[in-house]
Amino acid sequence: MNRLALFIPLSLFAGLTLVLLLGLDKDPTELPSALVGEPFPEFSLPSLQDPETLVTKQDFADEVLLVNVWATWCFACRIEHPSLNALAEQGVKIVGLNYKDQRKAAKLWLLERGNPYAFNIYDDQGSLGIDLGVYGAPETYLVDAQGIIRHRRVGVVDKRVWEAEFAALYLELTGTAPVLGATQ
Amino acid sequence: MKALLFVVLLFQCQLVLANAEVVEFSDESLRPRYQQLLEELRCPKCQNQNLADSNSPISNDLRVQVQRLLEEELSDQQIKDYLVARYSEFILYRPEVNQSTWLLWGSPIIFVLLGLLAIYRLYFKPQDLQSPSSSQGQSNSQITPQEQQRLDSLLADREQQ
Repeated sequence: MNRLALFIPLSLFAGLTLVLLLGLDKDPTELPSALVGEPFPEFSLPSLQDPETLVTKQDFADEVLLVNVWATWCFACRIEHPSLNALAEQGVKIVGLNYKDQRKAAKLWLLERGNPYAFNIYDDQGSLGIDLGVYGAPETYLVDAQGIIRHRRVGVVDKRVWEAEFAALYLELTGTAPVLGATQ
Repeated sequence: MKALLFVVLLFQCQLVLANAEVVEFSDESLRPRYQQLLEELRCPKCQNQNLADSNSPISNDLRVQVQRLLEEELSDQQIKDYLVARYSEFILYRPEVNQSTWLLWGSPIIFVLLGLLAIYRLYFKPQDLQSPSSSQGQSNSQITPQEQQRLDSLLADREQQ
């Protein structure tokens, strides 16, 4: 018994080392998602293309879709844009949330780089952003036909992220499996 | 003279910075609560700053939001709940006691208890030695006959060598 007690400090040390080692793999900038499993918040905001048209959650039309938070000032959005184009070409419905941006610059961006979005919500004050808990762009939400947020990705969606985080869930919800190429 | 001028100018720019953001309240009694909330809420983007310290755009937005909610006469708890619902518990620098945080909150008590246990073991052990029932308290003179026999044979072996 006494001899076993001598191993207590060593096992404590080993345990602590293990906990700290596991901690190394975690991304500290990734916040736990408060909204996964919750309904997408209600909103009523102008569309990007036409300031007179209001868009609301009704425009999601009970379809499975991605909501992509983007802005022209967001550098990573440039990298992400080809992926969104590729997904849209394969029939993925993507709603854009143009976050704290300039309308003119955003419209130009879509002309230059292609428009993967079914429509764009123009949130220049970031009010829907606060309701969603947005703290950086890009962010992408997978919303199911019931309007429930099923997954949230903070950061770029590329081939790796799509395969790891979205593909299986999207297949389960829609029965289709869009793929991204290595360059996207 | 130049040094004095430098110091004066230094104070000058601090004044300018301090005035950069003036928050107006309809009721001045909201201000201390506003300050207190900003101290305790964490910037979601910059991680190690609170809302009061951070210059990031999201902190700015959240400061405005906190001010708006205060004006709407929400309680401190309601404002915290509002932000936790959107940004998760992460945003609280003083997290609530719940399933995932009880160990964090409880660890000081656990460590104090462990310390007390260690002190007890260190300082009260001599008393245990005096009690004959204690298994650890046997001194050399109290070894059992079997042990004495074994000891004798070992010593005998040694002498033979």
